[in-house]
Amino acid sequence: MANVTITDVVKNYGSLEVLHGVSASVADGEFVVLVGPSGCGKSTLLRMIAGLESISDGEIEIGDRVVNDLEPKERDIAMVFQSYALYPHMTVRANMAFSLKLARRSKEEIDQMVNRAAEILDLSALLDRYPRQLSGGQRQRVAMGRAIVRNPAVFLFDEPLSNLDAKLRVQMRGEIKALHQRLGATMIYVTHDQMEAMTMGDRIVVMRAGVIEQMGTPLEIYDTPANSFVASFIGSPSMNLIDGIVQNRDGASVLETPDGTTWPLPANARVTAGAAVQLGIRPEHIHLDPAGLVAEPVIIEPTGADTHVQMRVGQQVLTGVFRDRPDIALGDTFHVRPDTSRAHLFDKASGQRL
Amino acid sequence: MTTKAKAKANERRTLALDILNHGALTLVALLFLFPFFWMLTNAVRSNAEVLAIPVRILPNVYEWGNFAQAWTQLPFGRFFLNSVIVSVSVTVITVFVSSLSGYAFARLKFPGRDQLLMAYLATLMVPGIMLIIPLYLIVNAMGMVNTFQGVILPVAFGTFGSFLLRQFFLSIPLELEEAARIDGASRLRILVSIIIPLSMPAIGLLSLFTFIAQWNNFLWPLIVMTGQDNATLPVGLTLFQTQQRTEWNFIMAGAALSMIPGIILAIVLQKLIYNSISLNAGMGGR
Ligand SMILES: Nc1ncnc2c1ncn2[C@@H]1O[C@H](COP(=O)(O)OP(=O)(O)O)[C@@H](O)[C@H]1O
Ligand SMILES: [Mg+2]
Repeated sequence: MANVTITDVVKNYGSLEVLHGVSASVADGEFVVLVGPSGCGKSTLLRMIAGLESISDGEIEIGDRVVNDLEPKERDIAMVFQSYALYPHMTVRANMAFSLKLARRSKEEIDQMVNRAAEILDLSALLDRYPRQLSGGQRQRVAMGRAIVRNPAVFLFDEPLSNLDAKLRVQMRGEIKALHQRLGATMIYVTHDQMEAMTMGDRIVVMRAGVIEQMGTPLEIYDTPANSFVASFIGSPSMNLIDGIVQNRDGASVLETPDGTTWPLPANARVTAGAAVQLGIRPEHIHLDPAGLVAEPVIIEPTGADTHVQMRVGQQVLTGVFRDRPDIALGDTFHVRPDTSRAHLFDKASGQRL
Repeated sequence: MTTKAKAKANERRTLALDILNHGALTLVALLFLFPFFWMLTNAVRSNAEVLAIPVRILPNVYEWGNFAQAWTQLPFGRFFLNSVIVSVSVTVITVFVSSLSGYAFARLKFPGRDQLLMAYLATLMVPGIMLIIPLYLIVNAMGMVNTFQGVILPVAFGTFGSFLLRQFFLSIPLELEEAARIDGASRLRILVSIIIPLSMPAIGLLSLFTFIAQWNNFLWPLIVMTGQDNATLPVGLTLFQTQQRTEWNFIMAGAALSMIPGIILAIVLQKLIYNSISLNAGMGGR
């Protein structure tokens, strides 16, 4: 088992710098999710941990060893690729045994280790098939089997579920978590899907454009996003962000939007009048209230359990999530009350949380 | 017109087109097959009948003994063996060398790689015939005239093969190699255990082309192999042609016999070349 420590890691492709000094640490046995929009450098960072990309600057340690100059096979890691990258000309058994053969394990040992992994992943009946004879979900499982046979200290996953359909994705999400609990190994999991990040991670690392924006447990990140990017990236539907200027009205701070409407600010907001800020309100913190603001529905999306409603309040378009089936119809108006006690405030210029 | 009648007219038009297409294809196929037909029918005539005018399409008398006679009149078995040695050696060396250099050109990063590949390809533009005299001088200087190494080595380094395999190797997903690296495979192990098994269609094709080209190669063995015992089949066949007379029937019989290994190889390799493993089978796409 091993912890992973990343210190000031930089990646250059020629003159293009894609990681700008990234530091993070993953504790032994922890499940950490790297999440961020496509192209932010998640895969690059993961591949540097794996040893598939060179490290331009900085240091990566796995279990107290600096691995910058070690080959992938010397790092005690295994990786599951988005494409699975199964060897097409080898059976499931041979795919899983390949690394053990290269490590010159005995025939009995290999059989035993492959069978054990196959049992864990429910692959025993498929061992003599070729990848082309498997369904997407089965291939995914074989890719995981190939990773677990060697009992590595650290597992690396690069968007392993993106090629599966929605239902299978949810199922595999659970299986990977169960595997983590069973093996107790350190796992680093890359995804662009904030839902996967929220549901799977012990901790989440949110990245954007080659820098880490925030690290924390899923709920920490959800409840206290460090900046407006994290606030809108994590959570679905996205957090509503309302631009405005802080004004003093009757001794209390309020937000005045360009169209002249005013919004109450959280009582503890540390703001001064005249500051340009963004008020962030999660969709589930907008409540139906006959005494509230007038809202005009734009799009109504029932999901069954909830109803997502895009509405116009003044000049702002906001999204709200309401339990069950609220009595809202296009063409009518209704009334909402944003729960500003749970709202977030961000500096307009820097995006930082206030 | 009713729709039914329209459909019928359409059907008739497609049928007419089909007949036209197949007719044209058959004509071309016959044109291609005619030389083989001519070789085979002339192989079983007497030499007098081969030269007789007016020309007859089919032999008057079938001289099946020509095959055995052609085989025994000259050391045909010896020529055959020489051809096998030369063609198999060139093929094996070419595939081996091309795999290594093709992989290097496809995947290894070293300064000047692409320029070197260009230089390789540029040599393909030089007509082979221009190289024969310089090559002979080199082979002579190395004391390899009338030896198998002299025939084999100068033609065994596959420029075309390196390029062909490089192109094929490039189509193999990089992630397969990365997975193998993480599994602990060295470069050479990746080449042997992953890349080459997945490249059998290209390697089969290269083997077939190389073998056939060497099996039919005439000029280079003719120049290097000065002794009759070292002659390959195409060179040996010319011995039926002396200043006094040319035994066309034996030449044709010998040529027919010499075609057999190439045909067998083509049939054997056909499966390898067409029944390739889908490279995407291990990948995410279905
Ligand atoms: N081999 C490469 N050469 C140049 N740029 C690259 C290379 N690989 C990735 N990049 C760039 O690095 C950035 C991060 O890529 P990547 O780590 O794959 O993003 P993510 O996995 O977060 O979607 C992207 O802008 C991408 O274009
Ligand atoms: Mg990626």
